[in-house]
Amino acid sequence: MTAQPGPATAAEREPGLEDELLARFDAMVADEQRVEPRDWMPEGYRKTLVRQIAQHAHSEIIGMQPEGNWITRAPSLRRKAILLAKVQDEAGHGLYLYAAAETLGVDREDLLDLLHTGRQKYSSIFNYPTLTWADMGAIGWLVDGAAITNQVPLCRCSYGPYGRAMVRICKEESFHQRQGFEILHTLAHGTPAQKAMAQDAVDRFWWPSLMMFGPPDADSPHSAQSMAWGIKRFSNDDLRQRFVDMIVPQAQVLGLTLPDPDLRWDEASGHWRFGAIDWSELDRVIRGDGPCNAQRMERRRTAHEEGAWVRESAMAYAAKHAHDAVRSPAGAEGAAA
Amino acid sequence: MGLGDDALVLAQRLGEWITRAPQIEEDIALGNIALDLLGQARTLLTYAGDVEGRGRDEDALTYLRDEREFRNVTLVEVPNGDFAVTMARQLVFSAYQCELYAALVASADPTLAALAGKAVKEVRYHRDHATQWVLRLGDGTPEAHVRMQAGLERVWPYVDELFATDLAVEALPDVAVDPASLRPAWTAYVEGVLADATLDVPAPTWHARGGRAGLHSEHLGHLLPEMQHLHRAHPGATW
Repeated sequence: MTAQPGPATAAEREPGLEDELLARFDAMVADEQRVEPRDWMPEGYRKTLVRQIAQHAHSEIIGMQPEGNWITRAPSLRRKAILLAKVQDEAGHGLYLYAAAETLGVDREDLLDLLHTGRQKYSSIFNYPTLTWADMGAIGWLVDGAAITNQVPLCRCSYGPYGRAMVRICKEESFHQRQGFEILHTLAHGTPAQKAMAQDAVDRFWWPSLMMFGPPDADSPHSAQSMAWGIKRFSNDDLRQRFVDMIVPQAQVLGLTLPDPDLRWDEASGHWRFGAIDWSELDRVIRGDGPCNAQRMERRRTAHEEGAWVRESAMAYAAKHAHDAVRSPAGAEGAAA
Repeated sequence: MGLGDDALVLAQRLGEWITRAPQIEEDIALGNIALDLLGQARTLLTYAGDVEGRGRDEDALTYLRDEREFRNVTLVEVPNGDFAVTMARQLVFSAYQCELYAALVASADPTLAALAGKAVKEVRYHRDHATQWVLRLGDGTPEAHVRMQAGLERVWPYVDELFATDLAVEALPDVAVDPASLRPAWTAYVEGVLADATLDVPAPTWHARGGRAGLHSEHLGHLLPEMQHLHRAHPGATW
């Protein structure tokens, strides 16, 4: 599709044009074609994507903290190196995603500001503390596992830049998930204290991981629109079920239990049935009343504020040198005149 | 072992920056440098353990030695301070490592020569990163200039120790490199950067010494327990 004029001006000049553009957009999405930055798109589609991609990026950035918490304390040099590389990958994912959001006409600086002022969210899972080394395993296995289940369908998202970012991200995420599984496997087959540490971590992260898929379908008002736009491919509950079906056999391999007395295999449907989720907890954490909400935000804001003089100096230096570069080849006389 | 400890302790310090850097790109860059240093530390400590012949691997040497047994130069245990202190420390140390590894490539010990051949590429990148920041902070805003100069003043007392004659080196003249021989090239590079950055070369009145002999600053005794506590709490466990 070729470039289209901006939606407001186009619609003002030619009544009826917007309907035509919308029809073409709908046909394009229905035909599974990719929407690209210069294509016309409905304002609601643009806004939904900006919010979703930005919040995804914020989650990567805030998500560095729970794991960053153990870099200096990792129990072997091999694990320390893997953890450092993983947290670096997360920062990289944040950058890809901010870049994808910027193709929709917003600035990374503005998006960070929305994060720092609490006007945009990040994934609620990162408001839980990492209390033991085994949490590095539980986060990799469960949290990254849930993220992959959510994100693999996004690789086919109707918006091209987001879909392409997700392809790169999902490759690294599935690697992280395997690393998390391996951490837990080592612990579960280690000393009794290590096994207990692994079980405790799984007990704490299991339910929050299930909440990562969002509210039940009945309470998810924007889902239908997102599905129609090709941003979302499966419902929250479908993805959650897919995740449970993937994780239960893996837990059996690990020799760890999942903290749900109602978890059972349902022969008829071919799915693992699981117990009721305490949605009041998710509501509370999303409202800011989780164990680490205040701490995570404070760390992010502090890093940004305390780094301001560094960023300002880099800008000042770049400005000085841009000036020099223009002046020096032509000679000082030209610039003085 | 001293070189492995240098890389290990500095990697630990840089790891403390993650999620605290002035911009996300710097979280990545500092993590990247920490990871390179950690890789150097693992190779050097594994090799030191082999040479020692007492069955200590990289983890035994990392997690089960006390501060009096660590052989790192005092510079690398200096706390991060603000970004300028960290960049001053990085400039000093990475310029030192560049000269050191460039010289070690010719070592009579094939393991050290091979390690140096690989690491010299990494530390050139580290030196370039630090150089770019010292220029941007020194020759950027007035506030950053003041902070960058203060950062240099903070770390310069630790410079002489880098070039002090090492007893281990005297015993193995073909294998190791005499640190004093690295100083002229180091000085030429670093003083060139400071001049371009409009910064002054500090003239400290006191000087650190003794790191290679296990006589450290009080900082190391805080860094090691954080690094070691989990490993020590589970003797003999596999991770």
